[in-house]
Amino acid sequence: MLDKIKKSQDILASTCEALGRQINIMEVCGTHTVSIFRSGIRSTLPEGLRLLSGPGCPVCVTDQSYIDIVLQLADRDDCIIATYGDMIRVPGKNGSLETKQTKANTKVVLSSEDALQLAKDNPGKNVVFVAVGFETTAPATAVVVKEAAVESIDNFTILSGHKLVVPAMKALLSGKNHNIDAFLCPGHVSAIIGSGAFVPIVEDFKRPCVVAGFEPLQIIEALAEICRQLSAGIAELKSLYGAVVTGQGNIVAQNIIDECFEPADGYWRGLGKIEKSTLKLKESFSRFDAFKRFNIAEIPGEETSGCRCGEVLCGLIEPPDCSLFGKNCTPLKPIGPCMVSSEGACAAWFKYGGQERN
Amino acid sequence: MTTDKNDRILLAHGGGGQLSDELIRRHILPKLENKTLTALGDSAKLDVDSGSLCFTTDSYVVKPLFFNGGDIGKLAVCGTINDLAVAGSRPLALSLSLIIEDGFEFELLDKILESIGQTARSNNVDIVTGDTKTVEAGAADGIFINTAGIGIRLAAAELGVEKISAGDKIIINGTIGDHGMTIISQREGIKFQSRLKSDCAALAGLTCELLEKTSGIKFMRDPTRGGLAATLNEIARSGKKSIEINETDIPIDKTVQAAADMLGFDVFAIANEGKFVAVVSPESAEDCLKICRNHPLGKKASIIGQIIQTKDFPLVELITRIGGRRIVQMPYGRELPRIC
Repeated sequence: MLDKIKKSQDILASTCEALGRQINIMEVCGTHTVSIFRSGIRSTLPEGLRLLSGPGCPVCVTDQSYIDIVLQLADRDDCIIATYGDMIRVPGKNGSLETKQTKANTKVVLSSEDALQLAKDNPGKNVVFVAVGFETTAPATAVVVKEAAVESIDNFTILSGHKLVVPAMKALLSGKNHNIDAFLCPGHVSAIIGSGAFVPIVEDFKRPCVVAGFEPLQIIEALAEICRQLSAGIAELKSLYGAVVTGQGNIVAQNIIDECFEPADGYWRGLGKIEKSTLKLKESFSRFDAFKRFNIAEIPGEETSGCRCGEVLCGLIEPPDCSLFGKNCTPLKPIGPCMVSSEGACAAWFKYGGQERN
Repeated sequence: MTTDKNDRILLAHGGGGQLSDELIRRHILPKLENKTLTALGDSAKLDVDSGSLCFTTDSYVVKPLFFNGGDIGKLAVCGTINDLAVAGSRPLALSLSLIIEDGFEFELLDKILESIGQTARSNNVDIVTGDTKTVEAGAADGIFINTAGIGIRLAAAELGVEKISAGDKIIINGTIGDHGMTIISQREGIKFQSRLKSDCAALAGLTCELLEKTSGIKFMRDPTRGGLAATLNEIARSGKKSIEINETDIPIDKTVQAAADMLGFDVFAIANEGKFVAVVSPESAEDCLKICRNHPLGKKASIIGQIIQTKDFPLVELITRIGGRRIVQMPYGRELPRIC
């Protein structure tokens, strides 16, 4: 393994030298971010190569308004909020699910099935599933929505905050950050949507896209492949995650998403409103839509003063560039979501980076 | 009066009257029998030779009460023995306090007491004094246990974090994260739990052997809550020395790693209940390792790293599998399972 790593590292070094400029590669997946930090890859990169953590952590990209809506619902006596663990510490305008006095009706679940079961077990309450995540978690949400429809579990709704990866990548390149040279594409999401989904990024924006799994060796080889393309002045789509990712992706999962959801315009933290970038329940399942059940309008939320998570997510700054990082904002007392989620860029910098905060 | 499996603890069992007496005589004493306890005095009298004593206490509130590899009773005995062991002492006696909920089944209580008795006996430690209290249903998650322990410090044990110096080796007696991942998986009802087993064990036999047969042990600590990451950071901070560990040398069971990865936990921060970390002089490291590997509780022992010169701030650094470096941070409390 060390031979292969050395070979890839040589390609990275020679590319940086040959191009003679800063190379910016964005990883669009929170699991990649963590794996990169945890395996110490950053410490082995040549100086001219910078890895940017993109909008790939589901909790981080969730707009402030969504968090505040969840907190409002948690205040209602007739609701039980079923949420994945990462979400409970994200601060809203008035506290978080963890700090508010609503703990009794906030349940951490490990799966969407657990959320539906909560609804079955509590027929007198409205169970609202905080459905966040990308194309990886959307199928699991769709499955329980269908199940709720078949079994008429009418006290179950979902607050869909599901998001689509490719529209965010396009939005970044179209406006927020032109300095991204290439993308390390997400392994899990690609398994669902297929590597073919990144063709527009390669063809329309001429940026290399390389799909990789989460083993450090494969990540380094993906970076080397990106550098090979950059030095040759080409942009291609490649997948090194062949065993898991196909060109077409998981058709069954895509079909179930299509059956229940349709793309809708929606808000992202840092990126603002992006056309057809979120998943909204179709009309036929609208009775399970918490936005409709509780008559909630989604309007863009204001970010916490001083918090620069939005810029971190766009790759415009690195976490230590934020004046709150490591001082007012730490994993113990997070201000922004990127410090809350275990897959957030700020949390990873804080946990594995070390030097910057001393 | 006999006890059948429908019998349950009542608030009155903590009232100091006939029921309390029956709880002690019928359920507790037979399981823990020894001369000092059976005397049922207000205090236990212990005879010791000259020297110094180590004294510790810990409370146990684990959920579930029974898990693969142990139960709250075994944990309460092992945990306190281990605190005495890593301080360089040979455990002499323990106290046992039970806080039991109204309605708790006697069948479960008997199993826990049996486990306490068996663990204490097999480690040559007597439970010499104790107490029982009952609380209302819902107030104690079934049962809470407190144990305190006294140990006699071994003459050879002169342990202290201030003795640590650059070049010293770090040894651990086996795989990390087994206890915590077993508990988490069992609590969450994850399917691979059957292949996970807590490492819950009493370490005094091994630590005493190490202290008696080698001379280079400078400091020991058991990496319980907060796992290896917390223990190494505590050593680095209080010893004011940086630590460097090698990822490839840290023993981790494959199922434990898989469970941690799946649930989004960092194995370095997961609790152990049968492990110690020892800082030893470079000259004695190989001897210590040999002793560990010849002991049932140290078969997978490994030298995982060393104390290094501190630059600006004492840090724990990991040399990763791919030859990179990163910080091992002090865990910051409860870790949250991730979304995807």
